[in-house]
Amino acid sequence: MADYDDIPTLKENIDRATVDSVLALDVDKYKYGFETAIESDMAPKGLSEDTVRFISAKKNEPQWMLDWRLEAYRRWLTMTEPTWAKVHYPKLDLQDMYFYAAPKSSPAPKSLDEVDPALIAMYDKLGVPLREREILAGVERPNVAVDAVMDSVSVVTTFREELSKVGIIFCSISEAIREYPELVQKYLASVVPVSDNYYATLNSAVFTDGSFVYIPKGVRCPMELSTYFRINEKKTGQFERTLIIAEADSYVSYLEGCTAPMRDENQLHAAVVELVALENAEIKYSTVQNWYPGDKDGKGGIYNFVTKRGDCRGDNSKISWTQVETGSAITWKYPSCILRGDGSRGEFYSIAISNGYQQVDSGTKMIHLGKNTSSRIIAKGIAAGFSDNTYRGQVSAHAKAKGARNFTQCDSLLIGDKCGAHTVPYIESRNGTAVFEHEATTSKISDDQMFYCQQRGLSEEEAVALIVNGFVRDVLQHLPMEFMVETQKLISISLEGSVG
Amino acid sequence: MTTPILEIRNLHARIEDREILKGVNLIIPPGEVHAVMGRNGSGKSTLSYVLAGKEDYEITEGEVLLDGENLLDMDPSERAAAGLFLAFQYPIEIPGVATMTFLKAAMNAQRKARGEGELSTPDFMRAVKTAGTDLHIDTEMLKRPLNVGFSGGEKKRAEVLQMALLQPKMCILDETDSGLDIDALQVVSKGVNALRAANRSMLVITHYQRLLNHIVPDVVHVFSDGRIVESGDKDLALQLEAKGYADFDGAAA
Repeated sequence: MADYDDIPTLKENIDRATVDSVLALDVDKYKYGFETAIESDMAPKGLSEDTVRFISAKKNEPQWMLDWRLEAYRRWLTMTEPTWAKVHYPKLDLQDMYFYAAPKSSPAPKSLDEVDPALIAMYDKLGVPLREREILAGVERPNVAVDAVMDSVSVVTTFREELSKVGIIFCSISEAIREYPELVQKYLASVVPVSDNYYATLNSAVFTDGSFVYIPKGVRCPMELSTYFRINEKKTGQFERTLIIAEADSYVSYLEGCTAPMRDENQLHAAVVELVALENAEIKYSTVQNWYPGDKDGKGGIYNFVTKRGDCRGDNSKISWTQVETGSAITWKYPSCILRGDGSRGEFYSIAISNGYQQVDSGTKMIHLGKNTSSRIIAKGIAAGFSDNTYRGQVSAHAKAKGARNFTQCDSLLIGDKCGAHTVPYIESRNGTAVFEHEATTSKISDDQMFYCQQRGLSEEEAVALIVNGFVRDVLQHLPMEFMVETQKLISISLEGSVG
Repeated sequence: MTTPILEIRNLHARIEDREILKGVNLIIPPGEVHAVMGRNGSGKSTLSYVLAGKEDYEITEGEVLLDGENLLDMDPSERAAAGLFLAFQYPIEIPGVATMTFLKAAMNAQRKARGEGELSTPDFMRAVKTAGTDLHIDTEMLKRPLNVGFSGGEKKRAEVLQMALLQPKMCILDETDSGLDIDALQVVSKGVNALRAANRSMLVITHYQRLLNHIVPDVVHVFSDGRIVESGDKDLALQLEAKGYADFDGAAA
């Protein structure tokens, strides 16, 4: 019988085992706060040209890559931190941080057997579905490939063989730099220029790892590609670099999910993600971010300064971002689309939940350059506790973007009276044929709704979780099945303690 | 003597500085249906909210027992799990939450509170289907967000559906006939009558006699200025309909 009560629309092609393994993921409130004792091979503290050289050498990078990094570093020296976001935090001392830490015992393992058992045990605790075991046991065909990233080094890349049969490359960016330099040189920084912004430039100088995906012409990726990130080493910034290229007429869906151990100090995270979609290609990028948000007094927590951008380079291409942001002390993140190809389409679906003393400044940019380009933005912000939750978005149409269309809907939900929700839309049109629509609402969970739910037997927290899940339903439906189930649980957990 | 399902003793309640309930006494034995009639503003709806535990009211005096247990010590969800159900005069919209999802969440929350296991999906679906058929509630309606865009009739049928699934001991129906045309009234009344049982009592709040032609009460109480001023059998409702409430206005003084 259809189990349509919990899940609005079940996607087709979802294998039962995937659903089960996701259901089995126990998303308990910060149970992920532990450290794993794995020896690290660390760069000296602080940031200098030497740090950049150290990282590049550790990665066995070619000279061109080192030169590229050094140029980024020199650019970065001339830049200053942006201050326009509605977030406040003590200034970071980058000279007191480590920029490179890698688990010592894992030089490019060929199989699970070669992987440090402590790592495997850690993933067990996290519930990461490294399903090699299932394959060995002959259980079934997997449909999620995991490129597990821990402390900046890809530890295990699974299912690559199956992917390589259809010509798909799914590997760490470090490996791609060595093995596929022509692809990397062609596309790296072609979407997010080296000097794009302070954090992106910093990332360019010191990025340590991340994922690389290449989908050849006409190939529909047969599985959801997935990366789990984890920050593990004390005072280690995480600087991932992800590059996804979808050639003409191809399709890929990529999932990114994160957890981090509990910490009493701030940890910087500044990733760069670039997507390139060529003619008729489609990229779907989904993120669930639940990094440590700090304790109940707002102490500790991750600083998340991310640059994510997709380029719809070919005609009729499509890029879709879906994000669920529940973690981090500070989130500064604007996954964007450059709609360059005629008839290309960009989408942004976002759920941003803030509780405690979290600060979220997130949104998107839809840059319409080509003719008849369209974009759709649905952003749901939920603020509870003492948090601040800002949607910041830009929609622009250039002179040549005849017939550009955008629809934006920003809804904010406030829980309690000590939090804030803000909507900051920027809309610019340089031609008369563009049609932009913007709708925004702000609401509170009403006492009547709470009373009604409680009269039916729901506790206060159950009532809030139910109402909030209803509020974000339009966005939840765009998540892949794996994330949808997990997200519903995560929403309840994130809002624990927000009432009463 | 059997324990009454509901026993209200000298209940006083106020909202801010205004006293609204001024000494309500009422005993409803198991299996009986009692009607409370009174003009608008007499405090009838306040009585239903106070019994269900709405926060806005302050109880200044009196006590309420639900099947012998002290109701006023419980929070609203505990009262629900203990078997108290309020069919709202104006059911509240819950955007984005499918009616089906809501029903399952409510049933499981009450089961959990009573230490029972979660209902299996097939059992749940069977229960909903059975209860829904009599109320003319189809699967399409169950997929829609609860009460959002529902017609008056749909809202009241959805309330009775919840009552049927939650199997309460004590049902309070607050102006269930408001917003209903005659056909809808018949469907809803039939649904309510089907739930009459030896171990379940009902309190039907209304200011029109017409509902009581469909849901025939065992006892009728007249409510005026925050208390019950007269009680009788179902004929009392007919008297009221003929003469109006004026005769009873002074009775409490």
